[in-house]
Formats: sequence, structure tokens, C-alpha cells
Amino acid sequence: MAALARSWATKPGIGRVALLFWFGLAILPLVGSVWDSPSFDYYLFMGQSMLIYAISVLGLNLLIGFNGQISLGHSAFFAVGAYTAAILMNFGGIPYWATLPVAAVVCFGAGFMFGFPALKLEGHYLALATFTLAIAVPQLLKHKSIAGWTGGVGGLLLDKPDPPFGLPLSADQWLYYLCLAVAMLLFWIVFNMLRGRSGRALMAIRDHAMAAGTMGIDTALYKTVAFGISAGITGVAGALSAITIAYVAPDSFTLQLSISFLVGLVVGGIASLPGCMIGGAFIVVVQNSSQSISDWMKETFSLRYDVPAWAIYGTLLLLLMFFLPNGIAGGVVAVRGWLARKFR
Amino acid sequence: MNKEATPLLSVRGVSVRFGGVVALDDVGFDVEQGQIAGLIGPNGAGKTTLFNCLSRLYQPSEGEILFEGTSVLATPRHRIPDIGIGRTFQNVALFDKLTVLENVMVGRHSRTRSGFIANALRLPSVVAEQNAARDRAMELIEFMDLGAVVHWPAGGLPFPIRKRVELARALAAQPKLLLLDEPAAGLNHDEVEILETQIRRVRDVQGVTVLLVEHHMSLVMSVSDKVVTINFGRKIAEGTPDEVKRHPEVIRAYLGTAN
Repeated sequence: MAALARSWATKPGIGRVALLFWFGLAILPLVGSVWDSPSFDYYLFMGQSMLIYAISVLGLNLLIGFNGQISLGHSAFFAVGAYTAAILMNFGGIPYWATLPVAAVVCFGAGFMFGFPALKLEGHYLALATFTLAIAVPQLLKHKSIAGWTGGVGGLLLDKPDPPFGLPLSADQWLYYLCLAVAMLLFWIVFNMLRGRSGRALMAIRDHAMAAGTMGIDTALYKTVAFGISAGITGVAGALSAITIAYVAPDSFTLQLSISFLVGLVVGGIASLPGCMIGGAFIVVVQNSSQSISDWMKETFSLRYDVPAWAIYGTLLLLLMFFLPNGIAGGVVAVRGWLARKFR
Repeated sequence: MNKEATPLLSVRGVSVRFGGVVALDDVGFDVEQGQIAGLIGPNGAGKTTLFNCLSRLYQPSEGEILFEGTSVLATPRHRIPDIGIGRTFQNVALFDKLTVLENVMVGRHSRTRSGFIANALRLPSVVAEQNAARDRAMELIEFMDLGAVVHWPAGGLPFPIRKRVELARALAAQPKLLLLDEPAAGLNHDEVEILETQIRRVRDVQGVTVLLVEHHMSLVMSVSDKVVTINFGRKIAEGTPDEVKRHPEVIRAYLGTAN
């Protein structure tokens, strides 16, 4: 218990661990220069996806884990970010990197506006209200009246950007570094917020909204701003996804995507920043490996039928939640505490 | 205007109705700067209701509350600590997942200014403000003798310690007036004695005026300069502890009548 006692934000040396981790992620793509494998570009693409999901989960965690508001509608903000980037690149001729701040601002605005009605709703009711957002946005994107901008059901095809300044990198290496840089910036920003006055206010509202109000926290303002920032961060992830995949289509942004974020959040660890990275990686790995596990099972046990990949995904989730109820990050903390007690 | 002449807090003709139920009926009293004032009354008399009006959780249907001459009822809830009113809660309302230090630092919220953007960029001004807030919080944590649990999450602490954390958090906002809602509830005999010393020190060392709601009669009578008694939402007595103790209405309220 004593090992859990110090909160993560005030823990000394946390910055060094984080730096080491980010440094590790930064040298990963260089492996491709040494070990020339045809599937390396695919791994790089997976790395980009992991970072993009990690950013989405970061946005969602700020809202759910640190502010206590739930959202099933973050696929909608992800979509708005993706389409903002796609439309600006396609019709505005705006360079891909400049679409990121615009997506952030647009999605902040959308989230902030949605935060107002959300003030009146809590728990299940807020979940339902945000659920409608996730249902409605893909339909709206397909609507005839804006099909000229969104490309309708077919979506928009974009150009994959080349590395700038003649850097000796492949397009996928460069995009990985773009995702990494954006992720680092956003994690740094959220980390700073959380260890400062604003973050303490957000967490105070989560723990006891009425007491937070009597401490002088404008709970309505903080909750709407939290919704805005959360949506803004997830919107940036959406824009990155549009840039790296070089394609947007309405059906990539269904409720299923919101659920993926939520799964990543819970599996990684609620109210944990490292948990966001773990959750992002988990979403990609499990989506990809469920199918391979299914194939492997069919072959090894000479089954006559396919094992549905979704069943494997579900079983994995159940096992994880049973053994690690506080997510993987929570599990790591628990194991570290156990080791510390054992070898003191 | 002479500071001694204006009371710090002036409650005037406050009435609160919940549907048809009258929770407070035309209650009025003053609290002078530097006083420790006790507010007593049987269960359901309306004491906490009055506190909730003072911290803007309830809106009275009639009456006015003046704090240093300005209207409390015209001030939004989140500005109440700014004008100098702090409080604790009957059932202790801490931020359970935050540490003791973080809880007390949230108490500094109204005395600090940095916003989301300054925090996100960790500007030098934020770091300076944060360090000052932390130093002040640590002083209060020492003052409340909480040094041993400073980095513990508030949720897991024993009840008497949680009450001290709440008091430290309320003091962090540097209130001029501190509202204590049943600070002795759930404490044993020794803890009540410690509490009494702490309440006196809050007034004498921190210079904070105190208004406390309390059922623990010996505590109220020994610590208060003045006692206000309400029953069924009405003020029935006001005066020094000795006057109130002898007041026939108070005796009737607490002991009932012979016939």
C-alpha cells in the first residue's frame, strides 16, 4: 500500500523514465536501416497506428480518467479531425502539417460546445448522449448536401507526404516520426496540465464536484474546457490518421472506433498516462493478432471451423479484466509494489 | 467605516423553504471579526441549511447575508472562497484519489491564477506559483500535524485524520471566516480535546474568525465567544455560552418541557 501512496505526478525521477521511453521509441525506426525486411514498412505503419491510438486514448483519458465524464462519442471527434485535415489538404492546398493545429482548434470548439449540454448529464445519461454523436457523425458525413466536400460514401483520397528537407528517410519512417513528435508534445502538455493547478481542479471535480465548487473551482467552466481539450487531442489523432493512411471514409469512424478507444483506455489503465501508450499499442496488436491466433488455432488443433477473431478478442479482454482490473499500468504498479516489499 | 463597528458576517432575516417545509424562518445574527461563534440546535433545526446558504449551495427565499458589507447571495458559488469564506463538511468531502498534499493544494485554487494554457506550457510563472502553493500547503500540513501522511491518498485515511485534512484544505484558501460543520462528530474524547486546541489556534495563529455548528456541547460552550441557538428553523437564543445555557427556551428545546 505504501508503494501506491505517492501519486505519480509528484514522484521524483518520473521525467527520466519517460525520456528514456520516448528515446527508445525514437530509435525504433532506425532498425529498418540495419535489418532490411520487406515487412518493415508494415511494422512502421503499425507503429504509427499505435501512436495515433495512444493520442486518442490520451484525449479520452483526460475526460474519463481525470475528469470523471464519460464519452462514447470520441470517434466523432476523431472523424471531425480526420475530415478537417483531409478537406484542408484536398481543397485548401494546405500542407499536411499545418492541418494539425486547425484540427485541434476545430475539435476543441466542437467538444467545448458539446460540453455545455453534457453539464446537465451524468454517468449513463452522458454515455447515451455521446453515443448518439458516434452514431450520427458517419451518417452526416455521407449526407448529399456536403458530399462535394467530404466525398460522400467513397471518402477522400489524399497524397502521402514525403520527408521534408531531403531527410534520408522513407515516407513511412517520416510519418512515424511525425506521429511520435505530435504524441510527445501532447503527452507533455497533458502531463503539465495534470501536475498543475488546472489538472488538480479537474481531478478534484472527478472526486467530489460539490467540494470542488466550494474550493472556488468553476466546475461548469472546467468541465466544458476538459471536454474541449479532450476532443481537441482526439481530433489531432484523427488528422494524423488521415495523413498517414492518406484516405478518409465515413465508415472508418463508427461507434466501434469509440469502443476501441474505451477498450484501450481501460486495458491500459484509467487515469494513467503510461496506460494511454499501452492502450494504444493494445488496440493495434490485438486487432491484428486476433486473426492470426484464430488461424493458428485452426491449424494446430485441426479444427473444422474458423474460430471467430472477435471471440478471441473478447476472451483476451475478459482475461485481462479478470487478472488486471486496474489495467496493465495498474498491474505494473502492483507488481512493482509487491517486488519492493519482497526485496526490501 | 470603522472595522470594529461592522460585523464580519451579518445574517439578516434568512428564510429557506423546501416545497412546503420551512427549514429556516427569519434567522438573523452577526459574527464579529476574531470571534469563535457556535451555532447549536437539535437535529433538523436548520444549522447545516444555514451553512449551505453561506456557501451558496442553497438559495434562501428571503433575507440577506452580508460579508464585510458585500452581499454573499449576489456572489456565485465558486467566488465564495475569493471573498474569504471557507468551510468543512459534516461528512467530510475530500478528493479521495488525490494525496493529502494535493487536497490541500486544491484549497489554494482560489488564491492562485494560472490557467490551462499557462499550465500546459509549464511557464516559469506557473512553476513559481506552484512552488509557493506547495510551500503554503506544507506549512498547513505541519500546522495540522499531518506530516506523516502527506503523500497518502486521502481516501484511505482514518476518519479523524480526514477531518484534519479537510481543515487544512479549508485554511489553504486563507479564509477570513471558517465554517466548521460538526467538526467533533465521530471523534473520541482525546481527539475532541485536540480539536479544541486546533480551533483556538486557527483563530489565534491564523487570525481566522470561526463559525461552528456542533452537537458536542462541552466543546461549543468552552470554545465559543458567542452561541446562537436555533430550533425548528427559528432563532431562539443568542448570547455568551453562559447566557445561552441558562436560557429557558434552550433548555426546553434540548430537554423538553415538564408538562
